Amino acid sequence: MSDLNEVQPVQPVSRWSDAFKKMATSQVLTSILAIVVALVLGAILIAAADGDVQRSWGYLFSRPGDFFSALGGSVGSAYSALFQGAVFNISSSYTVGQFFAPLTKTIAYSVPLIFAGLALGMGFRAGLFNIGAQGQIILGATLCGYLGFTLNLPAGIHLVICLLGAFIGGALWGFIPGILKAKTGANEVIVTIMLNSIAIFLLGWLLTLQAFRSPGSNMPVSPRMAPTAQFPHFFGTTIDLGFVLAILAAILVWWIMERSTLGFRIRAVGENPDAARTAGMNVSMSYVWVMIIAGGLAGLAATSQLLSSPAQQLNIDIASTFGFDAITVALLGRSKPLGTVLAGLLFGGLRAGGYLMQSSTGTPIDIILVLQSVIVLLIAAPPLVRAIFRLPDPERERKAEARAHARAAKKEVAAS
Amino acid sequence: MKLELRQVTKKFGDFLANDAIDLVVEPGQIHALLGENGAGKSTLMNVLYGLYGADGGEILLDGTPVRFSGPGDAMAAGIGMVHQHFMLVPVFTVAENVVLGHEPTGPFGMIKVDEARKIVKEISDKFGFDVDPDALVGDLPVGVQQRVEIIKALSRSAEILILDEPTAVLTPQETDELMDIMRQLKLSGTSIVFITHKLREVQEVADTIIVIRHGKVVGNALPTASQSELASLMVGRNVDLGVKDRADIDGEVVLEVVNLDLADEEGRILLENLCFTVSSGEILAIAGVQGNGQTELAEVLIGLRKPTAGSIVLHRHDEEGNRRSDDLAGKSVKKFLAAGIGFVPEDRGKDGIVHSFSIAENLVLDQISSPPFSSAGALNIRAIASNASDRVEEFDVRAGSSNAAVGTLSGGNQQKVVVARELSRDLSVLVASQPTRGVDIGSIEFIHSRIIQQRNKGTAVVIVSTELNEVTSLADRIAVMYDGHFVGIVPPDTERHVLGLMMAGVGYEDALAQAGHSPNPSEKAQGGDDV
Amino acid sequence: MSLMNTQPDLDHELEHEVLRPRSWKMPVALTIFTLVALAGFCLTVDSGVESKVAIVTGNSLIGTINLVLPSFSALLVFTVAMAALAGISWWATATRTVKIGGVRIGSWVGILFGTFFVSAFLLWAVAGRGVALQFTSLLSGALFLSIPLIFGAMAGTVCERVGVINVSIEGQLLAGAFLAAVLGAITQNPWIGLLAAPIAGALIGLLLALFAVRYWVDHIIVGVVLNVLVGGLTSYLFSTVLTRNPDVFAMSVKLPIWKIPILSEIPVLGPVLFAQSVLVYIMYLAVIILQIMLFKSKWGLRLRSCGEHPRAADTVGIKVNRTRVVNTILGGAIAGLGGAYFTLANGLAFGKHMSGGRGYIALAAMILGGWKPKGALVAALLFGFADNLQNSLGVVGVEVPSQFMLMAPYLVTIFAVAGLVGRVHPPAMEGKPYKG
Repeated sequence: MSDLNEVQPVQPVSRWSDAFKKMATSQVLTSILAIVVALVLGAILIAAADGDVQRSWGYLFSRPGDFFSALGGSVGSAYSALFQGAVFNISSSYTVGQFFAPLTKTIAYSVPLIFAGLALGMGFRAGLFNIGAQGQIILGATLCGYLGFTLNLPAGIHLVICLLGAFIGGALWGFIPGILKAKTGANEVIVTIMLNSIAIFLLGWLLTLQAFRSPGSNMPVSPRMAPTAQFPHFFGTTIDLGFVLAILAAILVWWIMERSTLGFRIRAVGENPDAARTAGMNVSMSYVWVMIIAGGLAGLAATSQLLSSPAQQLNIDIASTFGFDAITVALLGRSKPLGTVLAGLLFGGLRAGGYLMQSSTGTPIDIILVLQSVIVLLIAAPPLVRAIFRLPDPERERKAEARAHARAAKKEVAAS
Repeated sequence: MKLELRQVTKKFGDFLANDAIDLVVEPGQIHALLGENGAGKSTLMNVLYGLYGADGGEILLDGTPVRFSGPGDAMAAGIGMVHQHFMLVPVFTVAENVVLGHEPTGPFGMIKVDEARKIVKEISDKFGFDVDPDALVGDLPVGVQQRVEIIKALSRSAEILILDEPTAVLTPQETDELMDIMRQLKLSGTSIVFITHKLREVQEVADTIIVIRHGKVVGNALPTASQSELASLMVGRNVDLGVKDRADIDGEVVLEVVNLDLADEEGRILLENLCFTVSSGEILAIAGVQGNGQTELAEVLIGLRKPTAGSIVLHRHDEEGNRRSDDLAGKSVKKFLAAGIGFVPEDRGKDGIVHSFSIAENLVLDQISSPPFSSAGALNIRAIASNASDRVEEFDVRAGSSNAAVGTLSGGNQQKVVVARELSRDLSVLVASQPTRGVDIGSIEFIHSRIIQQRNKGTAVVIVSTELNEVTSLADRIAVMYDGHFVGIVPPDTERHVLGLMMAGVGYEDALAQAGHSPNPSEKAQGGDDV
Repeated sequence: MSLMNTQPDLDHELEHEVLRPRSWKMPVALTIFTLVALAGFCLTVDSGVESKVAIVTGNSLIGTINLVLPSFSALLVFTVAMAALAGISWWATATRTVKIGGVRIGSWVGILFGTFFVSAFLLWAVAGRGVALQFTSLLSGALFLSIPLIFGAMAGTVCERVGVINVSIEGQLLAGAFLAAVLGAITQNPWIGLLAAPIAGALIGLLLALFAVRYWVDHIIVGVVLNVLVGGLTSYLFSTVLTRNPDVFAMSVKLPIWKIPILSEIPVLGPVLFAQSVLVYIMYLAVIILQIMLFKSKWGLRLRSCGEHPRAADTVGIKVNRTRVVNTILGGAIAGLGGAYFTLANGLAFGKHMSGGRGYIALAAMILGGWKPKGALVAALLFGFADNLQNSLGVVGVEVPSQFMLMAPYLVTIFAVAGLVGRVHPPAMEGKPYKG
């Protein structure tokens, strides 16, 4: 969406090398190559932990074939399970529904990542390093959950109230670092890290209270959410309203950032707070607003956990690691809404596939964390990716271009 | 030690910062490297000091070619440099700063603090610097910090000392003291390369003068050369920045500042009891050595800082033509802008533009919330784009497209974007701080003419400038600032020498009297002290 | 001439002293806490109940002291002492007295007050309980629990002083814990595990340095992502290699506990400070060496110059980026050593995510400690104390929601960075890449 603005004007490609250079230096290529490197590293890990591979390594030189077939076998089966768990199920394609069932799971896992990723991306563009999505999700879940299992309301209204609750809970937890930064200059990184932990303890304490306890249960879990507070499903699949809301949120965030005065201010503050202040913008209030909106969006990430069916319960692990994963989502998506949606789907897919991979090939899902973090590290360091694949340096190209421009401009001046 | 540069060339991309420069530094002499801002003086010295690698040519010390891969090599060879922006760690003591990089150490690498103190003391006493080795550098006045820099260089037994624009941050008195120090160093056998663009200083201390323009040596001169000779060598052509048509000051008072005080959080007084008025169609220029409160005054006049006392009254005519007055003191920047005050900040890169934003976006940066650029919180992309193409043409901003990021433009063009933005509104008052700093001559002339044009349209203009030339060529009245207060407000044809004395804190009457008794009457002559 | 120039500045300095705004935060806060103690502790204990405290002196001559105090009277004594300190604070603020006898009033009044308040809280909490509060184990446990926090905070201090923000302390602790456990288990030798721990941390430090210094990636991004990476990697290896070979890896080794002769005989302090795991003694050394070396040695001076003004360092021939890389790796190694706490010092096998966010608390301790080893030590000890308090009170049977105790370090840190507990200043150029 916003990326459309960045597409270079189409020019006739004179030579293939030009086309190659452009592709080689693009951000998309960096992202794809980063994913490739991550998968290769993942493959090494899978192979290294595989018993057959380890055994055949012992007699590598006498029968190298064994080693390579074991290697191919372990990596191949793990990655094919990962793919089948994330996209579609090749082996059991009886019905269309079953065929695409993994994809719908991917979408379901991606919803919280998209919401929280949008939230963090917005903060990044305002120059705020909001590490606090985790806490914001927890607070959103707390309020959303409480409203969901205590209130007795008609179906539609109850759902809306719960959504509002999630937004407000998250927004409150975003407001605290925002206002502290605005009023006292407190570093938002530290405050949000601290608030993440406080949120966990707060929810932990609430779950010890009678008001939050599932009746008759010794476990710290809440009662189940009311059926009136559940997302409707589409076409008998597991895709529910949550995904639609996430896409709508992405579009809304795009509009705010690119087409509204609020977004203009947020971007200006993020890029150069001094210039923004000099231009009459209220920098402190921008921080507060960004943190409120971002906190609210992160809070909404909790809804996919709580408002899906079958009826869910509020528990201490409700936020899973979505808040931290969302950091990687926002970074991979380069803080832009379209990128965030795509990155959210990718990581949602890794998660969905990871569960299948774990159950069918015994490869622990923890490897997904490794893949994610390697991808993000590499994307943040394009020179490293270029060094790995020996690609040309776009900076150098751009500088050469700028020099050519400067030459042309000088000639122009001289001529006039 | 004799230093020779032969055909030293340094390129940044295709830009030739230094073009085959030859330079010989004889032992025990003061060489002035004279040139305008951006002529390539600092680049040359950074090459010499090992901070930049040269693209061609060679450096010889006592006839042997040397290669410096970093400042460490240059220092080891006996070259020291006092940078324009001090290379001192503010939270370290004087002694720590001086020994950093060549620490006297005992067992386990522990620093011998007594020895470090002794090093400082010895040099300090030798030249009468009076520097406390245990003081935190951040607490010291700039003049003293500069001495710490010199001690730092001398403690590394520098035989050649490079001083990069050392007087830019000094008061006239501190400048005189520095000149004394330079003479003393010379007597003790140190050679000095003195980078400056101030003719008076050059004539006062230099043994030889090398003039650099556009990265080339354009001439050598002796200090006996006349100022106009040096100036034309340096600038290349006779630049007449003087604007002859002075406005008649009979417009109505637009801006009235009364008893303005400003103190920082720690209670230090930054501005003290400022009172002045600016009328419609008048330019009030505020002169002074950098750091005497001008920056703060400009920031108060746009609401970036809240005065601790006093009022900033704006007199305007409303729609019905009635004259109304508002006190803006303590209001937000937004209110100041809405009241029709335009602001060109001193540091455009920091306060004036958003580098990654397009030219079009930067041109509406402070008007984004008002029509036609937005309505009901939504941007009007079309209006922003058409505004951009108009302004780019009107102000001759040289750029590929108005969608290009402002950060890719040259300094002059960036400044034009800022000026274009501010002058595209209806202004009652324009506050322009250092409007032409770091801008090429062509852009200077253009920006000056636009400011004059704005004044002639009836805007009250406040110019803050440390360049006396700019002050005298634009001003209808000159206010001289010193240590947070006005020394006096004087007519534009006041002699430069008198202005110089006032910039050092001497009152107008006394300055006139002193100028009259000046032992060196030739200095009063016209001809651009500080071209 | 020079006199003329410096005179006005002196005047300003004087005015500045006189005009220094008075902050009433401290006396107000102390008064509030005194009232809390009065209303919350003194007035809520039943009359006639007693508070029992057992103090193991560790000295064979003195043995264990069993204190049985009348709760109300004891609490009243403490509350009156607190009120007196609050009074001193009011007086000092009103008269702008900063120091008495060369010692900052703010510091010693604060420390004494804090000690009294916590003591009062403890006496109140155990009032009327049959079981005595084990005072000595409360302190020694607190010290033990703060090991990873202290090592982590030292690592953070070294890295940030050189200009690299280290959010990956958590990952470095975890990596240290992992490698220490694995190598310790394979060799069945805790000392080899102890050597391995800093190597694992240093590797993570190397990655941090590579991305932050070499590739100019935002330091916080690298730190957060490295934490995810280490968490994922160790969990993956735990679930595969470690769980598949329980005969090797479920076996744990433990670092010995050393009683230092003579020193451990010092009443109370002996058993608290000198009858501890070997790791604690290494920690003492680390803190003392760092505190001295950072501020008094050539290494420290150069390191700090890279964090404060890298360009100045460069112009005197210090290789800024090399200094940053080397010391970031060193920082990682220190944190890695702290990781040995989780496995070797506790005698446990590795468990997934067993560092449990201690790295973040260490970060908080470093900030509260003002980027100084000494300060970080005190802050980390406080956090360790808060952590251990809930254990000790749990034994006595006091039902204070543990969550609030666990929250305390985080809350205090937020107050600190918001400037409510005194301003803290990070190194000027931390997190900024040096591009030469």
